[in-house]
Amino acid sequence: MTWLNDVVQGLLLGGLYALFATGLSLMFGVMRLVNLAHGDLSIVAAFLALAIVDTVPVNPLWTVPLVVPLMFGVGYLLQRGLLNYTLRGGDPLPPVLVTFGLSIILQNLLLEVFSADSQGLDAGRIEDASIRVSDRLAVGWFPLLTLLVGIAVLAGLQLLIGRTRLGRAFRATADDPEAASLVGLDHRHVYAMATGIALATVAIAGIFLGIRTTFAPSVGPTRLIFAFEAVVIGGLGSLWGTLLGGLVLGVAQTLGAQLSPGWGVLAGHLVFLAVLAFRPTGLLGKAVPA
Amino acid sequence: MLLQVDGVASFYGEFQALFDVSLEVAEGETVAVIGANGAGKSTLLRTVVGLMARTTGTVAFDGRPLEGVPTHRRLGLGIAMVPEGRRIFPSLTVEENLLVGAHRHRPGGWDAGRILELFPALADKRRRPGTRLSGGEQQMLAIGRALMANPRLLLLDEVSLGLAPIVVRRIYQALPEVVAGGATVVLVEQDIGRALRTADRVYCLLEGRVALQGPSGGLTRQQITDAYFGMRAGTGGGGRA
Repeated sequence: MTWLNDVVQGLLLGGLYALFATGLSLMFGVMRLVNLAHGDLSIVAAFLALAIVDTVPVNPLWTVPLVVPLMFGVGYLLQRGLLNYTLRGGDPLPPVLVTFGLSIILQNLLLEVFSADSQGLDAGRIEDASIRVSDRLAVGWFPLLTLLVGIAVLAGLQLLIGRTRLGRAFRATADDPEAASLVGLDHRHVYAMATGIALATVAIAGIFLGIRTTFAPSVGPTRLIFAFEAVVIGGLGSLWGTLLGGLVLGVAQTLGAQLSPGWGVLAGHLVFLAVLAFRPTGLLGKAVPA
Repeated sequence: MLLQVDGVASFYGEFQALFDVSLEVAEGETVAVIGANGAGKSTLLRTVVGLMARTTGTVAFDGRPLEGVPTHRRLGLGIAMVPEGRRIFPSLTVEENLLVGAHRHRPGGWDAGRILELFPALADKRRRPGTRLSGGEQQMLAIGRALMANPRLLLLDEVSLGLAPIVVRRIYQALPEVVAGGATVVLVEQDIGRALRTADRVYCLLEGRVALQGPSGGLTRQQITDAYFGMRAGTGGGGRA
């Protein structure tokens, strides 16, 4: 029964990873941009929520409607004012270098403003409440909420991409930016919308992370690696793959930790490497044209 | 003049593809641009829609200079292009390929329903991925996608390339309805006979320069052959106006 419990906890943890990975997957899917500041931006969102909660004593979950649009705006401006310029010429190196630099700048800014102390967001009773399924299996309300929100965000994004005018613009621009300009799509705006939406999902991920565990200015890169692993395990360019990848990573980590407390993260990395070695397109991914 | 190209030069990096090209198209006209491979026909159309990174000279649309106007905004002004190779979006269905064409459309008579009437072959394949069509159907889709914007000026780049003659005929049969719908057409065509039959006037490009121009009915075969292959002695009354 402890195994079952571990798998369930792993799935719930995977919901958080999927939430982190969604934005990374979207940005890569629309413009082949790997955002190395992704994790740090989620921590920025967590600190924004903290700043709000410190000023107005509300449950941190209530900061979501404020931080999400704020991060959308940050994402739009970041893409429009900076990242679009790194995509010129199709060289994959400039975006990597610029977002790497951005990652360092964000970490140091957070350090300057909020100090190196670990912080947490206190969501009250929901953090400890759980549903008792049996003697040895309990499902926490908050991890369950995280997983459900993760699924809802991915499903919503899938609908947006599949059914809306903006989604068509995303797909057309991803297919062929030049042909997209011929039908009147401004790739600079389309990319900025994608990054805006990506950072909106990152904001949710950051706040949920802050409630689930503690965070500090330096923990962004670890979040990036987990998100990156989830995207690759699931398959580049597939949003449902990203959900699956997050769940697989979560289960691998909890099962690994069950074998030995130090092996959790390692087990996740090993699954990631195994997928890269034996199924490089990921579990649900299609071949990505170079 | 709806389109006025004046003294245009265009470059791919260091390579100059157009030299001092001038061309005028009046509203309602159909104009063909012919010439051998590499003569600069596609480059000329790409220059008009603003896809060439480096150009000199002026391109004006309805009297308005287009310098600095990006491609997506030129579509909003009413210039649409069916690109060489069709460039259908593979992630979009046939219907979505049409709908995305209306992203920044002007008011006018074209909508998805009318385009499916114009090209009935597309009607029962609406839900298919856009690239899972035959070459001719993809070409129809590419033309339909451009029409969705209700353009005033429609540029057609080699719509017959790689297609069976019967399919080419079917596509060209649709052209009068496009013109009747209010579009002025500039087409690039390899098939000289078809270009002359379709267009009111013809420009012939040779190595990036206008070698000959005139009304379709007023040019002799000999003049066209000379301009096409670059035998200057025979250009007669043609050459640059």
